[in-house]
Amino acid sequence: MTKHLGIVISGSLTGGIDVKLDVAASIEDMAVGRYVTIEGKKHRFFGMITDISLNVTDEEIAKNPPEADDQFITEVLSGTATYGTLHVLPMLTIGDAESIIAGPQPVKTVPSHFSNVSLSTDADIESVFGGEDKERYWIGNPLDMETKLCLNLEEFVKRSNGIFGKSGTGKTFLTRILLIGMLQKSKAVNLVFDMHNEYGWAGTSEGRGRQVKALKQLFPARVAVFTLDEKNSRLRGASPDVVVRIGYTEIKPEDISLLRETLNLTEQSVEAAYSLYRRLGANWILNIVNLTDSEEIDRLMRELSIHEATFQNLRRGLNTIRRLPFIEPESKTNAVEEILSYLDHGVNVVLEFGRYRDITAYILVANLLSRRIYEKYQERTERAMGEGAAAPTPLVITIEEAHKFLSPEVAKETIFGTIAREMRKYNVTLLVIDQRPSGIDEEIMSQLGTKITCLLDNERDIDSVLAGVSGKNELKSVLARLAAKQQALIFGHAVPMPVAFAPREYGSSTSYKDFMSESPTAKKMETDKDIEKLWE
Amino acid sequence: MERAGEVIQACTTDFVAQCYELYQTPSLGTLVRAGELPVYGIVYSAETTSIEPGRRPIARGKDEASEEDIYRTSPQLMRLMRSEFSVLAAGYRQGDKLHRYLPPQPVQVHAFVYISPPEEVKEFAASFDFLPLLLNNSRFPVDSGELTAAALRQMSRVQDDPHAFLVAAGKELAQLLRGDYVRLRTVLGRLKE
Repeated sequence: MTKHLGIVISGSLTGGIDVKLDVAASIEDMAVGRYVTIEGKKHRFFGMITDISLNVTDEEIAKNPPEADDQFITEVLSGTATYGTLHVLPMLTIGDAESIIAGPQPVKTVPSHFSNVSLSTDADIESVFGGEDKERYWIGNPLDMETKLCLNLEEFVKRSNGIFGKSGTGKTFLTRILLIGMLQKSKAVNLVFDMHNEYGWAGTSEGRGRQVKALKQLFPARVAVFTLDEKNSRLRGASPDVVVRIGYTEIKPEDISLLRETLNLTEQSVEAAYSLYRRLGANWILNIVNLTDSEEIDRLMRELSIHEATFQNLRRGLNTIRRLPFIEPESKTNAVEEILSYLDHGVNVVLEFGRYRDITAYILVANLLSRRIYEKYQERTERAMGEGAAAPTPLVITIEEAHKFLSPEVAKETIFGTIAREMRKYNVTLLVIDQRPSGIDEEIMSQLGTKITCLLDNERDIDSVLAGVSGKNELKSVLARLAAKQQALIFGHAVPMPVAFAPREYGSSTSYKDFMSESPTAKKMETDKDIEKLWE
Repeated sequence: MERAGEVIQACTTDFVAQCYELYQTPSLGTLVRAGELPVYGIVYSAETTSIEPGRRPIARGKDEASEEDIYRTSPQLMRLMRSEFSVLAAGYRQGDKLHRYLPPQPVQVHAFVYISPPEEVKEFAASFDFLPLLLNNSRFPVDSGELTAAALRQMSRVQDDPHAFLVAAGKELAQLLRGDYVRLRTVLGRLKE
């Protein structure tokens, strides 16, 4: 059933098309973000409603409106002397020969005058976003529609992606849904730095105040939970697979430089850390902290021309790190190797932080582990290229509070900046989750393939998320009008055009069943079991 | 079909018909038909005058108890006056097609004028193409908005859903009078019954 809305009356390719609303179509039924199909003479255009306005043919009507209770006159005037217009941003052409073969094409022209405009049918939307299949994963429904919005996750994981939104808008739920999707329908494995313990065993549902199942409960064979805080994990009913400890020797000056702000270090201290590391070697932290002999300190300072105050500043910072309970002088396990061996077997890893939710711990651990995992990946990929061996399984690293890692000041130094920029060269990509996208380096933002954003209301955040997208102003109005919860806008590489959608349900038993039923075929399950056996 | 009178004067845009009986003029806005084609028209004015142009009637009721008594005591009055009505040509039928614009030829003098039965009114009012003829005519003795409203009110009476008909007509008027909101409001105000 096509619902006729109106006809094209004016517009431009850059500015969008104005559609005069039919008398029969009620303006109050329209919504920003809805899809319309425009039947041009040669093409069918697919577009999104970006603005809705009321117009009068005669200014006098606005100055001298009929009495509110005069039903007859208001009825007569509506749709004739007073009418609604829709502002539609044409996005794609569909249905013509070219797009049938190569999929929907970006628009290069506008529909001619008086072309008919109607609400897009489910079939139209499906032809744009594709149905659910082996590669495509249902993430939600376009607003006010029954059609499923499906993402090609194989494409999605090829680039770094971002999920943004104010706190409490549903970023975590969305991420969980995406992680499940990647786990099921892409070849990539995930490494999640789970700051708030939301993805491993169980998560909390804000507002409803109850627990929801997380990855490990749904896919026990395909998820391993690592923890920094075993006691806390057990308290929450989770049984972690591996308890992570980090040795002093694993910490490098790069990690310190990233922590400069949170540890309140001066730039000189960071410089000093590098020179001290060169001088003292892998055991540098222990050496610095244990230096008590003031003469020895003086000698070292003179030699490396480090100021006394700088040294104390650095030492104080290192002591803060040392006090983190999961840092040990000598770590018995090698966390990186453990994580890698799980990842190599196609098992996704969630690293829970337990009680250590402060940003220092998070930045330190995430950066330290990612850097070394990335190095391994780089090495393996290069070897694979050289020797023709198999390239390592694509890896997606999920980080929260991304602006701490990717702010303009530190983005150049951190491993995450490198991963975001170098993209998929070494088979590692990022999934960044953040509430202040304006804090993220512009260059990194521009490298993100697909961005999903929940409600944002800070002007700068909105600008930075939408930077470089065509039809930015129109999307702005869509973004600013998303509901505070469980609505999001997705645009970029993995979708043919921006779309506002409501993420699929997560948290009820039927929803779990839905997720499970999409899980890999029996054969794949068997392989998973075999992998499990290998670990026993 | 009810005969309303006989054409006594005709031109392309309108014609005048005389009633056979005094005061039997159709109401303002009534749809009538006349002639061979036939031509359809809308009654836009009616008058009753003395048959001799120079002689004006004089007041006669001073000693009478009621108005009817005047005619009873002077039966010749009925013969000394005549009733006429003027009709705006608003369309014609050619073959199966009903056109709602001026006929190619005026009706002939002495053609009979009939009041259109409800089915014919419905058929004629199925399109509002005739409205510009009514609205844009400045030759009427009555205001064209007044006449338009009267005609539409008449037509609405034979419709299954008079309200919907008037709303649809109103919408058409809103298009035609888009530059003149004050006039539109006046006409719409007269459409309501």
